[in-house]
Amino acid sequence: MTEHIVPKRTYYIIFGILMLCTYLTVQAAFFDLGPFNTVAALTIAVFKAALVVLFFMHVKYSTRLTWAVVAGSIFWLGILLALTMSDYLTRAWATYG
Amino acid sequence: MSDSPTTHREHHPALAHHFGSLAEQKEASTLGMWVFLVTEVLFFGGLFATYAIYRGWYPEAFAAASHELDIMLGAINTAVLITSSLTMALAVHAAQTGDRRRLMIMLVATMVLGCAFLGIKGVEYHEKFVAHHVPGLDFQFEKEYFRHAQIFFSLYFVMTGLHALHMIIGLGIMAWMLRWSWNGTITRDYASPVEISGLYWHFVDIVWIFLFPLLYLIGRHG
Repeated sequence: MTEHIVPKRTYYIIFGILMLCTYLTVQAAFFDLGPFNTVAALTIAVFKAALVVLFFMHVKYSTRLTWAVVAGSIFWLGILLALTMSDYLTRAWATYG
Repeated sequence: MSDSPTTHREHHPALAHHFGSLAEQKEASTLGMWVFLVTEVLFFGGLFATYAIYRGWYPEAFAAASHELDIMLGAINTAVLITSSLTMALAVHAAQTGDRRRLMIMLVATMVLGCAFLGIKGVEYHEKFVAHHVPGLDFQFEKEYFRHAQIFFSLYFVMTGLHALHMIIGLGIMAWMLRWSWNGTITRDYASPVEISGLYWHFVDIVWIFLFPLLYLIGRHG
């Protein structure tokens, strides 16, 4: 396996984008977007997390096995959140029946 | 010796005997750390699910309680942590290129930023104690949201507290890496301890990337 050394320039660029996104997420919180405030905050957070995972954590340059494990973590987190919320978000429905 | 390619790979001091090569060893340790991080994702995932349920039930109380958090300190801490991720990434770069001096400087920088984060967090906790916003310790809040604001602050302290605990463990790992850099254990051929420590540090950063908007930035308009 040839080791891939991520150039420092890449780290600086990612750092800049992360800082910019932090600024944007604070600014976005002060606009009344209704339910989209949360959507905007989470979208920016997911984008930032993806940059950290891909570049700072080198997943972009990692083996397919590492990709599978990372995707697995997202998949299982998805199960945790989806099954939990499918219960809690639908409890009120019974009252309308 | 460690900087020259070894012809008898089993003689490389950093290679454990049950691995065929340094590359294989590095792959195994990286994968091991990622598997651990999967369990960490689910560990924090349970807390985020709890947060989602209660915020869904009591959105007004969560917004009112969130307004009590200092958005400025939260934003500064986010910047501090992202900067520490940069210095961590640069430490990994220094380790991979065999620049021992820069590696140690970057590890120390990462630790200093980590301590700064915890210090600011401490200031925030202190404010909460003074303002009686700690559930169970003479909690005070406007009457309408008294009960449900306690749920928010309970989640606030548990989530940021567990995050801070991860930071403290991270500082311990950085101190360990600093020692290994100092005594020459970390070399260009054997940078993986720093690399997987970096994975842990960046993961803790990611947790904060989600905690900051979810705890500090609820209903800030209006």
